Amino acid sequence: MMLKGRKVYKGVAEGEAIVTKDGISFYGGVDPETGRVVEVGHELEGQSITGKVLVFPTGKGSTVGSYTMYRMKKNNTAPVAIVNKEIDTIIAVGCIISEIPCVDKINIDDIKTGQHLIVNGNEGIVEMK
Amino acid sequence: MRLNQEEKDMLEGKFGKATQKSMEILTTLGEIFEAENMIEVHGVQIAGVSYANLGEAGLEFLNEMAEDGKVKVLTTLNPAGMDRENWQVLGIDEEFAINQNRAIDAFAKMGIITTCSCTPYLIGNTPHYGQHIAWAESSAVCYSNSVIGARTNREGGPSALAAALTGRTPNYGYHLEKNRHGQVLVSVNAPVKGTDEFGVLGKIIGDKLVELGKKIPYITGIPSATVEELKSFCASIATYGGTALFHMDGITPEYNKYPKPSDVRFEINQYEIESARAELIDDGIEIDFVSIGCPHASIHEIANIAKLLEGKKVKKEFWITTARPTKKIADEAGYTKIIEDAGAKFAADTCCVVAPIKGRFKGIMVDSAKACYYGRAKNKFKVRIGSIEQCIEEATR
Repeated sequence: MMLKGRKVYKGVAEGEAIVTKDGISFYGGVDPETGRVVEVGHELEGQSITGKVLVFPTGKGSTVGSYTMYRMKKNNTAPVAIVNKEIDTIIAVGCIISEIPCVDKINIDDIKTGQHLIVNGNEGIVEMK
Repeated sequence: MRLNQEEKDMLEGKFGKATQKSMEILTTLGEIFEAENMIEVHGVQIAGVSYANLGEAGLEFLNEMAEDGKVKVLTTLNPAGMDRENWQVLGIDEEFAINQNRAIDAFAKMGIITTCSCTPYLIGNTPHYGQHIAWAESSAVCYSNSVIGARTNREGGPSALAAALTGRTPNYGYHLEKNRHGQVLVSVNAPVKGTDEFGVLGKIIGDKLVELGKKIPYITGIPSATVEELKSFCASIATYGGTALFHMDGITPEYNKYPKPSDVRFEINQYEIESARAELIDDGIEIDFVSIGCPHASIHEIANIAKLLEGKKVKKEFWITTARPTKKIADEAGYTKIIEDAGAKFAADTCCVVAPIKGRFKGIMVDSAKACYYGRAKNKFKVRIGSIEQCIEEATR
């Protein structure tokens, strides 16, 4: 099944989906050393996003979050791709500087954790296997 | 999004890697916010300077950009985490100081003027009416849009840097006249005076805008306001309301350019001002730190502080945070000597919001509603707002 959205940052990546209905703040909400979500009370608290296709509605929190994403990429703890319902500036800039393929305007309710996804940031398409 | 030949060349990497990465950031943001084209900017203000916020990740990014990136337009920096000359006296540890200087060196390598201040408009990065700029620092964004009538969106650290390295920003948001109309009519029916009270007013309006889901207030009932009062107001309304632009009847340059909003309105009376002020005074506060200069103190404020402190001694830690060029004027005018003889300290290049001072103090007294917000949220201090005169009375008591 193909979901058509909007390209945010180029590149093609595939991996297992990890889906949340909560917004994500990379600054303070994710530990860039371990790749785990550390925000207290977050749906993904304690879970690793490393190497996954991270699917969430939109970003939140400080603009420093873009730098945290960059740090995760350098630490090899970053997600392989990001899928959003509606992109915000922090996540968009984070994907660009960290070179993480990203697509938004996707109905993320159609995606379940554990599904295998191919994110095509060149075309703005998310393919579910 | 339409790009001209030079912009396309930037995006294709003909001007180097940093310029290419910058253009990628700007075109992506432009696509997201549906900009039709790029516009040239006349100046940039960059935030994300304190090492406490950047961390190694941010620093690594800056170093990568500094490999071949050079700014195209006048670019200045936000406050850093410390006074670059006087950090030891202010109790900043050496490891932090080394890292902070690494970050500032990366900015300097790109041709950025490393005066670290949240009031670029007071020290030479001063746009004129109608000019397009790309500024980060929410208080300065609000001041430049509203008080000067220049045009900028609320940029983050990386997008402001990208604008500096390309001289461009995507044409959307507050760059377009259609997005600059007042949306809410605010009638102020009480006298408002002093930096503290203008900060209180900013909090009331900011909170109310969030509640209403509106962005641009049109404010009536303020007969006059000084630069310092407007500076404090901008910092506060941007902090509490996320506001980037307001119009003030008879005071800001665009107040009669657009129709007055009429469908949404609210009033502010003496009662609202008193209760908002009370919200900025914590119960049981024990004040051990007094700080003036959020946003950075002007030379006029410093002259006033010198007058009030002359011949007195402060009995608590007392910082005056300001831009280094302003501090130099104070040095030459003799104000610095009067203030330091009284035992107060200058903290240039930094401020009580970005300096790593969490845990060092219990209660802070300030004349700034913005400083109250960050004093509580970031540094876990108890806070008390008061006028500059009350701050000095508290410090010398």
